Amino acid sequence: MQIDLIAVESRRRDPWAAILWVVSLAAISVFFCVLADIVWRGAGQISWSFIVEAPRNAGRAGGIGSIVVSTVLILLVCLATALPLAVGAALFLVEVVSPVHPVSRFVRVSLDTLAAVPSVVFGLFGNAFFCVVLGLGFSILSGGLTLACMILPLLIRTTESSIRSVPQRYRYAAAALGFTKGRTMVRVILPLASPGILVGTLLGLGRAIAETVVLVFTSGYVDRMPSSLLDSGRSLSIHIFDLSMNVPGGEPAAYGTAVMLVCVLLVINGVVLCLAKLWKSRTGLNVATAA
Amino acid sequence: MPSEAMEIANRLERCDSGVIANAKGHRSSSAIALREPSRLFWCISDLTVSYGEAIALSSVSIDITQGSVTAIIGPSGCGKSSFLCCLNRLTDFIPGCCVSGRILMGPQDILGNGIDDTQLRRKVGLIFQKPNPFPLSIKRNLELPLREHGLHDQHQIDAIIEDTLRAAGLWKEVKDRLKKPAHQLSGGQQQRLCIARALALKPDALLMDEPCSALDPIAAGAIEELVLSLRERYTIVIVTHNLRQARRLGTDVAFFWMQDGAGTLIESGPASQIFDAPRQDLTKMYLQGVLA
Repeated sequence: MQIDLIAVESRRRDPWAAILWVVSLAAISVFFCVLADIVWRGAGQISWSFIVEAPRNAGRAGGIGSIVVSTVLILLVCLATALPLAVGAALFLVEVVSPVHPVSRFVRVSLDTLAAVPSVVFGLFGNAFFCVVLGLGFSILSGGLTLACMILPLLIRTTESSIRSVPQRYRYAAAALGFTKGRTMVRVILPLASPGILVGTLLGLGRAIAETVVLVFTSGYVDRMPSSLLDSGRSLSIHIFDLSMNVPGGEPAAYGTAVMLVCVLLVINGVVLCLAKLWKSRTGLNVATAA
Repeated sequence: MPSEAMEIANRLERCDSGVIANAKGHRSSSAIALREPSRLFWCISDLTVSYGEAIALSSVSIDITQGSVTAIIGPSGCGKSSFLCCLNRLTDFIPGCCVSGRILMGPQDILGNGIDDTQLRRKVGLIFQKPNPFPLSIKRNLELPLREHGLHDQHQIDAIIEDTLRAAGLWKEVKDRLKKPAHQLSGGQQQRLCIARALALKPDALLMDEPCSALDPIAAGAIEELVLSLRERYTIVIVTHNLRQARRLGTDVAFFWMQDGAGTLIESGPASQIFDAPRQDLTKMYLQGVLA
């Protein structure tokens, strides 16, 4: 106790500690300034009719109903493609090959490289491959599939770490009870890792929902209500970009949309933290929330 | 050597098909009572276990009688746990582990090809040193392996859960909180839950790897009582560092020791003989505490 007090005292007098305080406060203040600006200018726009109505007059009037629907559809396509691939790849990396196996190393290096690729490159790739080669055109499907490629490395990494965090003793326990390796994965490992996988999915979703440039190249600008996955659809982020850059007088609606986007992201982050905490209290296992 | 051949032939004769007959269906309780105590459950010859270059266990030959409690004693690192893991082939799951020799269980060599290893592990349960119930509810812990082995009738499952929890001496303590997480139980209760989970699959044998070493003396006492109550109904092999425990529980004792960097079996036999009149000096010295 005595030692702790001395440590605290010396930390207080340390000039470096003061500098680090200032630096970290500055970093946090950036976040709060942005948030305050968006809320200050955009909160007045938010109403039920703004959320459900279709945009009118290039988005200056009306609401963002069709934009919300397009965004949700793009995200659904993205998750439905990326999640099974990520779970399969993560199970392969953890349960099938050893971490030092050349294949495992190759997959890891490829994923790290993929994660470092700028999103504009993903956009160009998605446009060339999904829109042109596969003939899907500017569509929600193209956008969702390209986003899936983009968040795949993140999703695989978080899924892998949550599968790896299932303690070895449960694998042995299952084996000793006569579970085959495959059944152990399905009945024991995946259920135990699922909260971590969910957290990773939400983080990936957060990244996908904020993405703009990939969708400019793939899902297009059209702000009509989509009638199928092959229709072009405008996401929230593109709507903000378009209103603020191309539509004079569109700023208020842009701010309103930004408030919506930030709210969704904050809710996603809050849910992630709550789930991690709930899981920890129920099972004693940690969930990797950091990607 | 003709005498050796004769001995193996004798051992094989004693190790008849009684065990494998149980492989296909659930044993009836009368079959348990009718077991002859002298019948062999395992007949192990020349068992060697290595991890890469390192030899953990070198040429172990030992017979284990049906319904006996074989206590395996010896210092740490002499291959006791490796020996145990060979008996239900959990060694298959350890990367780089190589097992050679022969383990006859009935007429079948369980190290050979064509063995259904999941059925083997169902018949030969393993209890680990540290209790490892799944982080699920108490009930779900027992339900999961039963469903995995094809039992889906909820009434039957509930009946087996109650039976095995009673057999493990846990029913009174947990019957009102079956849906509570298993990790909220105390260490001793968790270990008894793990034993119940193994018993739920109606095994023929139980392997226990120092099941009391992570527990306080009172919880350890409860586990010992449980093992005593299971004696004769199951063939039990228990690894222990506690010589008194070996004396209390074991009908037979096997003493392992490290020789030339590899674990080996020094002496085995009935508990009374090993403790009161060991043949080997090494055993005598270890039991007297001169050697450690």
